[in-house]
Amino acid sequence: MFKKILIANRGEIACRVIRTAKQMGIKTVAVYSDADAEALHVKQADEAIHIGPSASAESYLRIDKILDACKATGAEAVHPGYGFLSENQAFSQALADAGITFIGPKAHAIDVMGDKIQSKKLAADAGVNTIPGYTEVIEGPEQAVKIAKDIGYPVMLKASAGGGGKGMRVVYNDEECADGFERATNEAVTSFGDGRVFAEKFIEEPHHIEIQIIADTHGNTVYLGERECSIQRRHQKVIEEAPSPFLDEATRQAMGAQAVALAEAVDYCSAGTVEFVVDANKNFYFLEMNTRLQVEHPVTELITNQDLVELMIRVAAGEVLPLTQSDVKLTGWAMEARVYAEDPFRNFLPSIGRLHSYQPPQESEHVRVDSGIVEGSEVSMFYDPMIAKLVTYAPTRDEAIDHLLHALDAYYIRGVSHNISFLSALADHPRFRSGNLTTNFIADEYPDGFRAEDVPQSEPLIPVAVATYVHYRQQQRALETNGHAHRTPNEWVVVTGDTQYPVYIAPDEDGYAITHEDTVYRLQTDWQPGDALVHATINGARATIQVDPYRSGYQLFYQGRSLPTQVLTPIAAELSAHMIEKIAPDMSKFLLSPMPGLLVTLTVKPGDEVKAGQELAVIEAMKMENSLRALEDGVVESVNAAVGDSLDVDQIIVEFA
Amino acid sequence: MQNVKQELLDREAAARMGGGERRIDVQHAKGKLTARERLDVLLDEGSFEEWDMLVEHRNSDFGMEEQKIPGDGVVTGYGHINGRLVFVFSHDFTVFGGGLSEAHAEKICKIMDQAMKVGAPVIGLNDSGGARIQEGVASLGGYAEIFQRNVLASGVIPQLSLIMGPCAGGAVYSPAMTDFIFMVRDSSYMFVTGPDVVKTVTQEVVSPEELGGASIHNSKSGVADLGLDNDIETLLMTRQFFGYLPSNNTERPPVRPTSDPIDREEPSLDTLIPSDPAKPYDIREVIMKVADEGEFFETQPDYAKNIVVGYIRMQGSTVGVVANQPLVLAGTLDIDSSKKAARFVRFCDAFNIPILTLVDVPGFMPGTVQEYGGIIKHGAKLLYAYAECTVPKVTLITRKAYGGAYDVMASKHLRGDVNLAWPSAEIAVMGAKGAVEIIFRKDIGDADKIAARTEEYQQKFATPFVAASRGYIDAVIEPRTTRAKICRSLEMLADKQLENPWRKHGNIPL
Repeated sequence: MFKKILIANRGEIACRVIRTAKQMGIKTVAVYSDADAEALHVKQADEAIHIGPSASAESYLRIDKILDACKATGAEAVHPGYGFLSENQAFSQALADAGITFIGPKAHAIDVMGDKIQSKKLAADAGVNTIPGYTEVIEGPEQAVKIAKDIGYPVMLKASAGGGGKGMRVVYNDEECADGFERATNEAVTSFGDGRVFAEKFIEEPHHIEIQIIADTHGNTVYLGERECSIQRRHQKVIEEAPSPFLDEATRQAMGAQAVALAEAVDYCSAGTVEFVVDANKNFYFLEMNTRLQVEHPVTELITNQDLVELMIRVAAGEVLPLTQSDVKLTGWAMEARVYAEDPFRNFLPSIGRLHSYQPPQESEHVRVDSGIVEGSEVSMFYDPMIAKLVTYAPTRDEAIDHLLHALDAYYIRGVSHNISFLSALADHPRFRSGNLTTNFIADEYPDGFRAEDVPQSEPLIPVAVATYVHYRQQQRALETNGHAHRTPNEWVVVTGDTQYPVYIAPDEDGYAITHEDTVYRLQTDWQPGDALVHATINGARATIQVDPYRSGYQLFYQGRSLPTQVLTPIAAELSAHMIEKIAPDMSKFLLSPMPGLLVTLTVKPGDEVKAGQELAVIEAMKMENSLRALEDGVVESVNAAVGDSLDVDQIIVEFA
Repeated sequence: MQNVKQELLDREAAARMGGGERRIDVQHAKGKLTARERLDVLLDEGSFEEWDMLVEHRNSDFGMEEQKIPGDGVVTGYGHINGRLVFVFSHDFTVFGGGLSEAHAEKICKIMDQAMKVGAPVIGLNDSGGARIQEGVASLGGYAEIFQRNVLASGVIPQLSLIMGPCAGGAVYSPAMTDFIFMVRDSSYMFVTGPDVVKTVTQEVVSPEELGGASIHNSKSGVADLGLDNDIETLLMTRQFFGYLPSNNTERPPVRPTSDPIDREEPSLDTLIPSDPAKPYDIREVIMKVADEGEFFETQPDYAKNIVVGYIRMQGSTVGVVANQPLVLAGTLDIDSSKKAARFVRFCDAFNIPILTLVDVPGFMPGTVQEYGGIIKHGAKLLYAYAECTVPKVTLITRKAYGGAYDVMASKHLRGDVNLAWPSAEIAVMGAKGAVEIIFRKDIGDADKIAARTEEYQQKFATPFVAASRGYIDAVIEPRTTRAKICRSLEMLADKQLENPWRKHGNIPL
C-alpha cells in the first residue's frame, strides 16, 4: 500500500479523499493555488504544496507543477478527484512516465472514453445500447441540418470533448439546427479548445440513470447499483439519489451487465461511471462513461456500504477487489442535494464572497455533509461555486427525503446567496415525492424559472410559534436588565406577511405553551439568545428554524422560505394598520447588473430602440457569460457603463426612457 | 363634587380627542400615529403617567381665546421602557399643527426639569409645525427655555429626539442639541428654512424631502443617527436602543443577562484579513463576532461609512465601538468620519460607556476638498475626544495603523488602557511603498533597488513587532481569541478611575 498520496484537487473532493486516506493510514499531500492558501483541504492534509496563482489553468491544471509537488514530497500516487486533471490522458501518462501511480484508470481508457464519438463506437461494438445518431464529426451547419433530418427531430448537438452541459444544444427544426451548430461549435472551442460537434436523437421524457462500476487490475469488474440523476437544471445535476425509484431489478441487472461489458472492453480499472439515458419504457441507451470518481458518489457509498475512494486506492495499489458482484447488496435509500452559492430567485446567478456565517447540519447516521469549506471560507470566482453536498440516508425513500428537508432547514449559510430554498422546494414537491422524475422535471415544474412563490409552505403556525417563543425570551431578558424582574407580557401578535396571528404564551412544565385561537403549540427547545437556529420539538414533532434578528423584528427561514416576522404588542399590532407600506423604487426603467462581473459586451447606445428579449449586454462572471436581455420594448435613455467595466451587483448599466 | 368629577372627565376626554376625529384621520392617512398612540407603542403597557393634561394656552390674540384644547398640543409625562424610567414629550400635530405655545413649552420644560432631578433620560417625539405664530415672541421664548435645558442636561441625562413629522426653523435646534436623532422615512423632515424661503432667497426649487428628509440627514448631512421605515419601527427601535443607555452620568451602563460565554472562540476571524493588503473586508464582521450574541446597534450607518460606530454588549454591559471600515475609502479618516466618531466618543465618555476601537486606517484623506474643508480642525476633534476621554479604552489594530491616524485611533499614547494587535497589524508611519520613495528618493529610478528596499521596510514595519517591542501594544493576540481578550480587558477596567485636571471646560476645536 502507498505510504503517501497527493490529491491533485481542491474543495470538498480533496477533503473527501484525505478523510479516507487518513483512515487507511496513508499520509496526504494537498496542493493549492493562491486563492486556496487558507482552504480547508490545505489544513487537513499532512503536507501542502503551493502550485501557482488562483486561475486553475495556472495551478490545478498544471501537470508539471503537480509532478514537481509529487517529487518534492515523495508522494507515490495521485488521486485526481473529479474535474481538473481527473480525465486528462496526458496527466495520467506523465505520472506513469515519472513512476507515480495514478489513482484512476489507465491512459487508454481515459482517452477512449473522453471522446464522445469514439466511446459510442466502442460501446456499440461491446454490445451496449446506443442512441441513434451520427457519430462522425459534423463539418458545417448544412451538414448538421441534413444529419438532423435523417435522425429525426428533436436532435441534440453535442461537443465531442464536452461535459457539464457546455457545448450542448437541442434543436427542433432546421433553422435552430444551423444556428445551434454554430453556437455549440463556438462554445466547444472556448470551453474545451476542441470545436468538434456531433449529433444524436434527443430522447424526450428521459431519465438520467448511471451505473457505478469498480474494476481492479486483475480482471475483476463489479457494478455497485445505479444512481438516479434526473433532477437537473440545464444539464447540471441538482439532486441525485440511489437507488432509482424508476428501475426494476431486471433493468438494473441489464444495465449493470452492459456497464461491466463496456468497462472490460477498455480494460478498465478503478472507479468509473457509465451514464445511460432511460426512456419511459425503460429502454436504456449509453450516454458516456466518466472515468473518474463522480461528484454524487456518496449516495452509492451509503446504499452499498462501500468506500469508493478506498476501493480506488486499493485497486490502484494493485490489490484484488475485496468484493464480488454477489457481495453487492443495495440497502436503504440515499439522497444527495448539491448546495451551491447561487441565487435561485435571480435565475441561479452564481454568488461569490466570504461565508461570514456558516453552520452545516449536524452529521449523523442519517446525514452526511461533504464539504471543503468552513465559516470564513471564501467562495471565489475562480472555481465551481459548490458549497457542499448534503447527503441523507434512511431505510426508505420517504424517510431519506424527510431527513433531507430537515437538514436543509438546519443549513445556515450567510455571506453568499445559496440555493437551499430551491433544494427544499424540489425535495418537498409532490411529484418528486412520487418518484416521477425525468430530466425535464425542473423545466416542467418551474417553466417561468424559480420564484419565491414556488416554495411550498405546509404549516405557517410553526414559525409563528417559534417567533413568539424567541420574542418572549428576548423581552423577558430585557426586563431583567440590572437584575430587575418585571413581568413579561403574555399576549402578543405575530405579524408575518399580511397576516396577524394573536398568540398567548406561557411557560408550561418543560417548555412553553403557545396558544393561537384554539390551538396549543407545546414547544421545547434549548435555544439561547444569540443562537441562529431554534431546534425545537413542537407538539412532539421536531422542527428547525433559522432566526436572524432584523431591526425590530426577525428574519425567519423555514422550509426554504424567508419570513420577515414581527412580534408586536396587541396595541402596536392594531396601530400597525395605519403604517403605509414602502413601495420599492421602480427599477424597471433600468438594466441592472445581476451579479458582480465584467461587462464584456454592450450592444446598445442612447436613443436605440430595443425589443423585449433583445440581448443588451453580456456580463462575464465565474467564467460564464451571462446574457442580459430587455424585459420589454423601450428606448435607451443613457448608457451608464462601458465594456471592460467591473460591475457591482445591481449597478445600473442602461437606463430606459 | 359630582360636577367637578364630570368636568374632569369632560376635559380629559377633550384632551384625548386632541384636534378631533377628522384631524386624527388625516394623521393616520399619512401613515402617522397620534401623539398618544406613539407613547402606547414606545412605553411599557400601562406605564405612562401623564402630566399637565389640562394645561391650556393663555393667548387671546387672533381669536385664539376661542380655540383652547386641553393639553395644548403636546402630551408629556413619564413611563417605563422595559421597566426603566423615562420622561417623554410627544407633539400632537392634530392640535394647532403641534405648534409650540408658551404653555406648551412650559410642559416640556417641566418634565425636563424633573428628569434632571431624578436622573432619567428624556425622549422627545417631534411632530410640530413650529412656533405658534399667534403668540409671537412668547413662543420664541418657549423654544429658548427648552434649548437652555437641553444644554444643561447634555452629558447629565441621555436625550433622544424622534422626528416623526415636520421639524422646521428654530424647532430644529432642540433635537440638534440632544444626543441622538432618529427620523421616520418619508414622513419627517428637518430644516432651518423651508422650501418656500429657499426658493425666494436662492431660486433653488427643492421638495421638503430633498431638503431635509430622513435620507438626506442620514446620508448627506449627518444630522440624524438613524432613519427608520415608519412610526412603529421607529418606536420599537428606540426601545431597543434605550436598553444600551445608562439613565444618567453617574450610573454605569445597564447590564442585561447573557449566556454567551466570554471565551467563545471565533476561528473564522483568523481568515478575515485578506492576504492581499489592497483587498478590503467588512469590519462589522469583527464587531458582530466579538459582541454578545452577535448584536450590534449601529448608529449613522449611512453617513461617513468609512467609520463604523455603534453599541454592543460585552458580558451584558454596553460598550461603544468605533471602527475604521476598510470597505469604504479604505477606512481613511476624513472630515465627516472624524466628526462622526468624535461625537460618538464624547457621548460614551459622558455616560461611562467603555470604548472599543478597531483600527485599520491607512491615514487621513488627502486633497483640496479635505484641506479646504478644514480637515485639520475636524480631524483634531477625534484626537481631542479620544485624548480627553477617561472611560475604559480598549483598542485592537487589525491591519493598518499608519501615520497620525495611528495616534488618533485610541493609541497607547492617548491613554489607551489595553492596546491589542492581530498578527496582521502593520504599525508604521506610512505604507512601505510610500516610505521607501521618501527615504530612498535617489534610488527611485532603480526599480530593483526600490523593490528590495520596499521589501525590507515591509519586513521591518508591516508587523506589530516594532510597536510591541516599545510597549505601544500590550499583546499580539490570535484573532480567534479576540472576544475573550476584550472581555477580560473590560473586566479588569471595570473600576477604572481617571480624572482630567479641573477646568471650566476644555476648548475642543469646533
